Amino acid sequence: MVVMKMKFPFEKRVKLAQGLWLLSWCATVAGAFTFSLGCILKTELRRRAEVMDNSDVHVVPNTLMIVGLASLGINYFASKVCQDALDAGRFPRWKKMLKPYFAVSCFFTVLMLLAVIMSYAMKGSLESSLKVGLRNGIRFYKDTDTPGRCFQKQNIDRLQMEFQCCGNTDFKDWFEFQWISNRYLDFSSKEVKDRIKSNVDGRYLVDGVPFSCCNPSSPRPCIQSQLTNDSAHYNYEYQTEELNIYLRGCREALVNYYMGLMNTIGAGVLSVFLLQASVLVSLRFLQTAMEAVEGNENTEIETEGYLLEKSVKETVMEYINPVMKFLMLKNQVEEGTPGNPEIPTDVNVKPGLF
Amino acid sequence: MPFMPVKFNLQKRVKLAQGLWMIYWLSVIVGILLFSLGIFFKIELRKRSEMMDNNESHLVPNLLILVGLLACGVNAFGGKVCHDSLDPIKFAKWKPMLKPFLLLCCGFNALLLLTALLCFLMQFAVYLTLAEGLKNSIKFYKDTDTPGRCFMKRTLDLTQIEFRCCGNNNFRDWFEVQWISNRYLDMSNDLVKDRVLSNVEGKYLMDSVPFSCCNPGSPRPCIQHHLTNNSAHYDYDHRIEELNIWTRGCREALFSYFSSMMTSIGVLIIATIILESVDMAGLKYLTTALETMEDPENPECESDGWLLEKGVKETFGDLLAKLKTLGKTNQVVEGGDAPEAAN
Repeated sequence: MVVMKMKFPFEKRVKLAQGLWLLSWCATVAGAFTFSLGCILKTELRRRAEVMDNSDVHVVPNTLMIVGLASLGINYFASKVCQDALDAGRFPRWKKMLKPYFAVSCFFTVLMLLAVIMSYAMKGSLESSLKVGLRNGIRFYKDTDTPGRCFQKQNIDRLQMEFQCCGNTDFKDWFEFQWISNRYLDFSSKEVKDRIKSNVDGRYLVDGVPFSCCNPSSPRPCIQSQLTNDSAHYNYEYQTEELNIYLRGCREALVNYYMGLMNTIGAGVLSVFLLQASVLVSLRFLQTAMEAVEGNENTEIETEGYLLEKSVKETVMEYINPVMKFLMLKNQVEEGTPGNPEIPTDVNVKPGLF
Repeated sequence: MPFMPVKFNLQKRVKLAQGLWMIYWLSVIVGILLFSLGIFFKIELRKRSEMMDNNESHLVPNLLILVGLLACGVNAFGGKVCHDSLDPIKFAKWKPMLKPFLLLCCGFNALLLLTALLCFLMQFAVYLTLAEGLKNSIKFYKDTDTPGRCFMKRTLDLTQIEFRCCGNNNFRDWFEVQWISNRYLDMSNDLVKDRVLSNVEGKYLMDSVPFSCCNPGSPRPCIQHHLTNNSAHYDYDHRIEELNIWTRGCREALFSYFSSMMTSIGVLIIATIILESVDMAGLKYLTTALETMEDPENPECESDGWLLEKGVKETFGDLLAKLKTLGKTNQVVEGGDAPEAAN
């Protein structure tokens, strides 16, 4: 049961080979483009690594980089094959390599598609990672004298100014943590002592935010402290004031930024995937059409090309059987599998639980 | 006695033509680069025009755009001439245009030199415009309800954040102007009334700065108000405190930004002048080598190429004599026309 049979007269074969050569060079450039997109995404994720709790989301740029490099090799090989394709004397030496080549290239092409799907699916993981990371950032904001956390204040301030956001979910997160270090609090002052005593954990909490939350578009000079106290400022109402500080939370701002970036990259990689798939399909047709010419003295006869010799299921089994035999899984299935290393055991605690 | 003569055989001529063609296309790319730098500089000036009182001079970026376009055109023409030079039929149609073309290149080089000079000299004008513009920006910071100045606060805040600077010369410029609008001052409050009355012009002045002066690298939360009063804050000495707010003035920060941009553009223009001179010399050698072929039918014959037909002094002497005769011809014509004009 042959899949997708097509007739190929001599001119059509020539045109197919020429078109494939051009297409494979375009696909090589597209592979380099995919690699650079992966690099860009990884750089952007590393820049804000301090406010991310885990690096699970880095699997997307890593996959893109691997796929980009692989596609460079795949398409270069394809261009070499189709250059020799029309010469009946030079084509047979590529014959042996083509079967494993198709297996490997199909794997990497499917991996490319997986990378695109992952870039949309990783939103939840990214959000939970940012939630924990930003929470820690706000908690350690005051620890500018603790080694390892000296630059937390600077990072959070720069982040809030650049992304025009304040706090984790919103600005009220700053009310729940002590963000002024004890080194700068006058413990002999009555006001400070009262505030600390009134708190259960002995923390100095204020209804104020750092200067980096201030919105430059506000018509009045920034009100940072005593935000909930209307009488502390002239002509100020906490409930209706919108322009004074940034109302958006940094988690939302960062998620939007990264999802926008990944969506754009995903669209680009999807078009590269289509290009790559068309290269592989054309190469398969060219290979089968040229194989029928072999042995004939007249190289200009009309031949048939097809995608798969047997049906899809049989072809898949044909490829998987040697792999399974190599891993010795098929033999051991009857004896009762002792701890298959392929099946992952889920010991990772998902951050979304807290 | 030709100036700097060189002997050319066929291979040398072909190599010269090919090399010159490549250099001409390199010059076209440099021309495109100059054009885009001119546009970039113009956009940067427009972005910061509020800081410069909206009367900054756009002479340098406009000249750069013009020079970039001219460079593209002149060098593309030169490349075309080189491409056709080894084919005698095609070259014959370009021959009459070559002398005016070389004169045009000389003029173009002079224009490039003028542009480079302006790049270095206009930096003073930028400095003065910045000083005046920033002074006014700080004065109008509070006028967020006056049409035409609504966005001064936002622009100045964003500039101070981006360039990491505070005030005009330094942060003390903020102590001399009222930067809080009267709309947000409680005039019934005694403290406010005292402060306003104690000022000669009735302005509400404080020793405070806006939030955009704050330095994120400071280990403590930003101290904006009562900057000169050590007792207002715990563990604070305003004389030794360096990290709290930006100590650099915005005039210096903006000027160093523009000055480095203009200096690098000036250096690029000087490199372009050298490249153009190399182009001109190469073209002169190529055209003279092609013209002095003894036997035009035989392409393999040898020929001479030179930069100037006579020596440098003699060429200049000839040029001056020509200019003098040009002047004299005009006078003769004027003498003839004058009686006609009088009628």
